[in-house]
Amino acid sequence: MSLLPILDVVLAGLVIGVAIFTITARELFASVVGYVAYGLLLAFVWIRLYAPDVALTEAAVGSGVTGVLLITAGKRLGALKNAAPEAQPGFAFKLLTGVLAALVASALGAVILMLPDPPPSLAPEAAAAADGAGAGLGNPITAVLMSYRSLDTMLEKIVLILAVVGVWSVGTDKAWGSAPAPLRQQEPYAPMVFLAQMLAPVGALIAIHIFWTGANAPGGAFQGGALLAAMWMVTMMARLTDPPRIDTQWLRVALVAGPAVFLISGLAGEVVAGAFFAYPPSLAKPIILFIEAFMVLSIAAALPMLVAGPPSERPD
Amino acid sequence: MIALLDLFSIAAISAGTFFFLAGTVGLLRFPDSLTRLHALTKADNLGLGLVALGLIPHADSALSALKLIVIWVLVLLSGGSTSQLIGRALRRGRK
Amino acid sequence: MTPSVLAGLTGAALVGFGLYGLILHPHPLRKLLAFNLMGSGVFLIFGIVARRGASAGFSFDPVPQAMVITGIVVAFAASAIAVALILRLSAESGHVTLDPEVWTGSNGGDTM
Repeated sequence: MSLLPILDVVLAGLVIGVAIFTITARELFASVVGYVAYGLLLAFVWIRLYAPDVALTEAAVGSGVTGVLLITAGKRLGALKNAAPEAQPGFAFKLLTGVLAALVASALGAVILMLPDPPPSLAPEAAAAADGAGAGLGNPITAVLMSYRSLDTMLEKIVLILAVVGVWSVGTDKAWGSAPAPLRQQEPYAPMVFLAQMLAPVGALIAIHIFWTGANAPGGAFQGGALLAAMWMVTMMARLTDPPRIDTQWLRVALVAGPAVFLISGLAGEVVAGAFFAYPPSLAKPIILFIEAFMVLSIAAALPMLVAGPPSERPD
Repeated sequence: MIALLDLFSIAAISAGTFFFLAGTVGLLRFPDSLTRLHALTKADNLGLGLVALGLIPHADSALSALKLIVIWVLVLLSGGSTSQLIGRALRRGRK
Repeated sequence: MTPSVLAGLTGAALVGFGLYGLILHPHPLRKLLAFNLMGSGVFLIFGIVARRGASAGFSFDPVPQAMVITGIVVAFAASAIAVALILRLSAESGHVTLDPEVWTGSNGGDTM
């Protein structure tokens, strides 16, 4: 079909155009909106590269939740009084930076054009892992994430916890233990409440479906967890609920549950199946889904806490 | 019979694309943020609805067709609510 | 030019744009945005390596794609920590900038 290359060229042009807008916009808010649009266009590019799981993650986490994070940050920053007058760099500096950026980009482009021609691939080993340990998993990405590279995924969940601890520790000493500032300062507004009440149940159902169907089709724990996190953030933005105090028991258990279950399964694999993170072949798929369920819980707890920020002192 | 379904799909998707085009032209050419919001809702509701309608005959199963309709309803819901929010922000701060 | 090569060159261009914005913008949040742009360009390069590794009956190589999924979530976590640090820094120093001269010029040396 001669139409698809035109689509690719148009997509590439759009992505670069929106990226240029993001860099050169005058205001922070316009730049963030441009970044969100850029993320959605990038999801299209991922689909053209035969990567629907990555497209889902990019749209949900890369553009959606990051956009919420940056807009909330911009709003909190704008509430501070003296913003320093931004010293614009001189023309020579801009020119030098442009030359450096062009050099880096062309070096990368040359590398891409010179990639080895029978392309190296780990697909056969991943397929072997998917057939053996992840028996019955139709989605090779889930098999790679949970069985072939399970250590990487577990460490990444631990990175999420470390990020939450890092964000919490940035708060002042007096505020330790209290709740982060609410995501919206004003009173609840009826259309937002309506959106939260209608969208949150449907979104939670879709999130669990995406997690469950990730075993055989595009989807998985990260995408489902990000969607669940977004539903919690929508209810927080509608002031139907507020960010919890950071010393509550259930929050900390929810955050730790994912990596803990993952680690225990890995250690149990040492005992039961002979190697760290090996699954007994007959029980591989149920174990993987069990671990992924707790991962969804942890991701859904961690992402909104990362957006809500450090605990803040309340005037009361 | 099959060709008739294809014709229907082409007609519906073309109509949907026309509404998307109209919404984009409105977004670029209308003078005010409120009027641009009005143009965008046409693209959201009618444009996406017609495109979803055109894709329904080509869905794999009845469940896939239902999913397409659910996607359209969700976009309607979120589009309507965010239009209200943007409208209130515009009325308050003229951003 | 296959779609993979085109997407790869787009990724390289995005890394260039991100680097330009990261160095030039004085506002810390704009720097963070440009850094995210760079990151997504790098992920795109991973993606074309994944697409080119199509073999063994798959139409893509799943290992780089799994790494990109992990990378996107980790990039978000890093952005969240960066935002928390920027907000706390701005609240303490009173100025939204990463330039140390502006902080010490206003506070006379004693900050937190």
